Amino acid sequence: MSTLAQKKGFGATLWDYLTTVDHKKIAILYLIAGGFFFLLGGLEAMFIRIQLAVPNNDFVSAGLYNEILTMHGTTMIFLAAMPLIFAFMNAVMPLQIGARDVAFPFLNSLGFWLFFFGGVFLNLSWFLGGAPDAGWTSYASLSIASEGHGIDFYALGLQISGAGTLIGGINFLVTIINMRAPGMTYMRMPMFTWATFVTSALILFAFPALTVGLFLLIFDRMFGSNFFDPAMGGNTIIWEHFFWIFGHPEVYILVLPAFGIFSEIFAIFSRKRLFGYSSMVFATVLIGFLGFMVWAHHMFTTGMGPIANAIFAVATMAIAVPTGIKIFNWLFTMWGGSITFTTPMLWAVAFIPSFVAGGVTGVMLASAAQDYQYHDSYFVVAHFHYVIVGGVVFALFAGAHLYWPKMFGTMLNEFLGKITFVLFFIGFHLTFFIQHFLGLWGMPRRIFTFLPGQGLETANFVSTVGAFFMAAAVIVLLINVVITTVKNEKVGNDPWGDGRTLEWAIPSPPPFYNFKQLPLVRGLDAYWLEKMEGKQGMSPAEPLGDIHMPNNSFIPFVISFGLFVAAFGAMYRADYSWGIPVLIVGMLITLGSMFVRSIKDDHGYHIHKEDLEDNNDKGVKA
Amino acid sequence: MANQQPNSGNPRVDIEYRRKKSAEEMKHQVITFAMMIFLTIVAFVAAGYEGFSAWFIVPFILILAVVQVIFQLYYFMHMSHKGHEAPALFLYSGALVGFITIIAFLTVIWW
Ligand code: HEM
Ligand SMILES: [Cu+2]
Repeated sequence: MSTLAQKKGFGATLWDYLTTVDHKKIAILYLIAGGFFFLLGGLEAMFIRIQLAVPNNDFVSAGLYNEILTMHGTTMIFLAAMPLIFAFMNAVMPLQIGARDVAFPFLNSLGFWLFFFGGVFLNLSWFLGGAPDAGWTSYASLSIASEGHGIDFYALGLQISGAGTLIGGINFLVTIINMRAPGMTYMRMPMFTWATFVTSALILFAFPALTVGLFLLIFDRMFGSNFFDPAMGGNTIIWEHFFWIFGHPEVYILVLPAFGIFSEIFAIFSRKRLFGYSSMVFATVLIGFLGFMVWAHHMFTTGMGPIANAIFAVATMAIAVPTGIKIFNWLFTMWGGSITFTTPMLWAVAFIPSFVAGGVTGVMLASAAQDYQYHDSYFVVAHFHYVIVGGVVFALFAGAHLYWPKMFGTMLNEFLGKITFVLFFIGFHLTFFIQHFLGLWGMPRRIFTFLPGQGLETANFVSTVGAFFMAAAVIVLLINVVITTVKNEKVGNDPWGDGRTLEWAIPSPPPFYNFKQLPLVRGLDAYWLEKMEGKQGMSPAEPLGDIHMPNNSFIPFVISFGLFVAAFGAMYRADYSWGIPVLIVGMLITLGSMFVRSIKDDHGYHIHKEDLEDNNDKGVKA
Repeated sequence: MANQQPNSGNPRVDIEYRRKKSAEEMKHQVITFAMMIFLTIVAFVAAGYEGFSAWFIVPFILILAVVQVIFQLYYFMHMSHKGHEAPALFLYSGALVGFITIIAFLTVIWW
């Protein structure tokens, strides 16, 4: 029970985090690793914008530009946005449903380490002969023609980290289905929990398509098959379908949790119940469902024919309806509420117009005939940055400020938070708004430079200036984090004062067992209900008893490390004689540690009732 | 679940009722087992018989396969019982997604 120790050396803390199965610590791991990759992806973005600041620039070469661009997209989607979302899901969702942990704590840790090693593997490509360079979509003909090992790093790295994501998603599903506290019916679950639920279902159904696609790519590139090679009877379009059957749900995997975070924020800082809760749930489920019916809108110009284009165009436009429902519900939540403009609330309010702008260009793109004009131009770049940055990244910033006290027990500085917001908001619109017009003026996407005298200079320069604003905003946030951590002023259960859901009823950060007694949930916004009746906290649903806890384990780390080693073997198999042995050793490490896990009985331990009794809520050590 | 041994100390558990339920369950399983063997024989016969064209045999066998899966799920894996709503939901959603994928591949890529 290392968590009970008061003071620990650095080594002990490190070991604790390497072996932890506690969802709150795994959340912190996701936050740190995802944050690191976010900075990396941001750095790549700065290089892109510097290169495009002026015409005929030679800041980077064409080949290197392709690598930077590819790694920016891949890193941001798979290694930054997804893990950061997983950080908040891990930190908050079990608390919101009144659970002591996720359903499979061991798998939770395995999911993190798989993601981590996959991400590290992918990024090692920079030092080992060049990064992938076929775009984050890695379309097959291009990616198979690509020389060197860049694309191999892409395929193997994403395969490993994708397995981690899939495991995480299944874990969340089982947790939400089985581990809700007494009284927490489905229709009393907080919106963020609902978003986690639907997102996890999307992960469950969407990621296998990516897995299959990546395996075919791996076989084509490394083991001599010809799935995507038309000259050998393959079909290059198959990759595009697999990628987008995964890829479109993926964008909703990113944005639904963002919707969830904003739903919490609007309710908390308007001091009102979320308007139209049941229609919000309905809209979330419907978006998840429709998200699977529209992938081919990314392929209007591949020659699918008018019938397929028409079907997918109509299906795509249909998604705007549930999205609109949500937008109006947020507006009505604010209407008549007593609003406080805290930092999270600023992000939430700014999110609405920003995201709507992205949705509107989405519907424009969805019209297949128009898309022949927009496709592969900067218009598309502007569209997806409006939805992803204006939706997802705003939510990540908002969530970081909102949940920081719950995760670390300290409040981020509000003044610096607002500076971050203003800088980022200005920078974001400066960078991406003008890109709509760049697209309409004919600037293609994914070009490494442009010529002078074509009317693209000013707009590109403006765009680059905007990027520096965003970089400044991130730096202010980092300073804020450092200051907050150094000051280390602890806060109470409900630091925002208006918390509505269960996580705000327990200490910040919560004790490692979360709830001494499982709470009794009597309605939506369970904690708010109790507060309105003048109660201090939740009424318990069970007598005080022993709590069963899982033991820490180093095995997830080893399993993931084995795959990391095996991936190197698979990649260098054709080049060096040590390839095959390394592949085998890696698989042995993985399978061996899985074997150990399955034969070794690990029943966990119990926290005894007596220990809980003399340990009043305040004195909880975390 | 009806086929479990009464292992609770609760006196209100009706052992008689459970027995009857289990017997019924058993009958269903035997019947479906026989049906499944029969369907398998039919499939083999259909494939072996010279007179049918492939355009008949392939869809026919596929339909038989679907029926067998349903038997398997509902009579042997107890999906008809209470408490299986969530697995059923996810199973059908997964099947739907898979089905759409295959249909799309057939119609959009290879037609
Ligand atoms: C009303 C909602 C939306 C509609 C109708 C829509 C429609 C579209 C269409 C038609 C394209 C393809 C454009 C082309 O390549 O020619 C596209 C691209 C894209 N969309 Fe959306 N979209 C919507 C919402 C979103 C959301 C919420 C996200 C993410 C959070 C998103 C992320 C993307 C991305 C990443 C791409 C570009 C992928 C690439 O080619 O690299 N979209 N969108
Ligand atoms: Cu899409």
